[in-house]
Amino acid sequence: MTRRRALFAVAAAALTGAAAPTMLISDLSQARIEIDTTFKGADLLVYGAIQYPAGARPDRAPDIAVVVRGPAAPVTVRRKERLAGIWVNADSQRFESVPGFYAVATTRPIAELADDRTTAIYEIGVDNLQLSPVGGDADRSFEAGLIAEKRRAGLFSEASRGVTITRGVLYRARVALPAAVPVGEYMAEIHMIRGGRVIASSQVPITIDKSGFERWVYLMAQEYSLAYGLAAVASALLAGLVASLISRRD
Amino acid sequence: MDLYLPIAEMSVNVLVIILLGGGVGFLSGMFGVGGGFLTTPLLIFYGIPPAVAVASSATQITGASVSGALAYWRRGQVDVKMGLVLVAGGVVGAGLGQIVFRQLQKLGQIDVAINLLYVLFLGTIGTLMLRQALSELRRVRAGGSATPGGRRHHPWVAALPGRMRFYKSGLYISPLAPLLLGALVGVLTVILGIGGGFIMVPAMLYVLGMAATAVVGTSLFQIIFVTAVTTLLHATSSKSVDIVLALLLLAGGVAGAQLGVRAAQRLRPEKLRLALALLVLAVAVRLLIGLTLAPASLYTLQGE
Repeated sequence: MTRRRALFAVAAAALTGAAAPTMLISDLSQARIEIDTTFKGADLLVYGAIQYPAGARPDRAPDIAVVVRGPAAPVTVRRKERLAGIWVNADSQRFESVPGFYAVATTRPIAELADDRTTAIYEIGVDNLQLSPVGGDADRSFEAGLIAEKRRAGLFSEASRGVTITRGVLYRARVALPAAVPVGEYMAEIHMIRGGRVIASSQVPITIDKSGFERWVYLMAQEYSLAYGLAAVASALLAGLVASLISRRD
Repeated sequence: MDLYLPIAEMSVNVLVIILLGGGVGFLSGMFGVGGGFLTTPLLIFYGIPPAVAVASSATQITGASVSGALAYWRRGQVDVKMGLVLVAGGVVGAGLGQIVFRQLQKLGQIDVAINLLYVLFLGTIGTLMLRQALSELRRVRAGGSATPGGRRHHPWVAALPGRMRFYKSGLYISPLAPLLLGALVGVLTVILGIGGGFIMVPAMLYVLGMAATAVVGTSLFQIIFVTAVTTLLHATSSKSVDIVLALLLLAGGVAGAQLGVRAAQRLRPEKLRLALALLVLAVAVRLLIGLTLAPASLYTLQGE
């Protein structure tokens, strides 16, 4: 995928007549984000420089789109309906690949950046995500519901003026990760767009993982679930016993 | 002060959780109930995923029941034989409840089912308690004694085959009756994250006809074991026990219970029972309103 995109960028540059392709050099404030007991969410800074062929800086700054996405997983979306006066889950729709986190920051509103086809190919914008509904989501109402829920949780976001470009060369974007951000391997994709075309792209991986006590507890619960359950019971009993001893002294 | 919960996978305010545990602990100390029926809905209102709320609440109840059970044990008010029969039923019920829980989770109906069952049980028990409390209050007003007259077990219980002697309970009945009662409460413990004391105690008194002195101690004895088994089931199957959440709730609950016991000594028992009945009904009504009002969002997401 990465290679194909790079090739595409090279081809695009060749078509526009540039001698050498424009390059994006990107980095992150943190390549690894650790979730510990005090984790309340984090701010990720994606920044870098645009390297023009032969240092020829254009008069007008190009557009940049920064996409940060988390690992994709299947998600079932359920719709509530009123049944005999109460709201119960009725219809459902399964989506095969929903990113656990998706944030896009751009220099201008997405609709002004490029045509729908280009933004769909590069999955720029929450409405352009290919979520793979099983059997097709005919009226896209489940997709809209999914996106609204993810946005509400801060797990999907769009910032139409979230990228700032300094002197046409340096760019940066701040992406907010909420406390409920799922763990896993993330990818920051940076696309440079000019004249409705993506002319350069770069990618930087990010790892989000639980650390220290959180990680230990989580791993215990997942891998040694019986021992974890016994430990939970034992510590609850112990806490109750200690409390009983304290109250007896009164 | 915020803390990230490892299993619930969210950041919570520690003070809010401890106060929540403390508030429920206060009420449970005051009324002599476990308070699981308050903890679970309150945790869900706060935003804890229902599965985690139910599982962690069960763990918390184990700890919260220990001091009470020990106190009754020292006074010899635990019928171990009856307790073990109830536990045996409870384990079977917990196993059955676990199958139902998983099935509902798969169908995506677990949240609705938890809420509906709460409304149903709290509504029924609350209404029964209210009637009882009101008639008691009237009796006290009329100058009579607050305790109801002679106890006798339900005719259905007498019809069951095979009999066993339970000395401390003062009973000679079929063990099938407490076994079934234990199983019913076990199912509820797994699905609702409650100890079930508020169902168990009246059932022991009015269905089994147990001696009042042994009822609360035996109920607490049973609750410790069944909630412990429930914790193990949730830990191994849905992996939704949050040990940090359970311990935070316990910390608040233990302190709150002490205050509650002291507060209860200044109030008349029949008024306490009336207040408890109203509280149970209030929770049921709140949950019912939640089920009937149009939700803020029609869509819910479930990952794997």
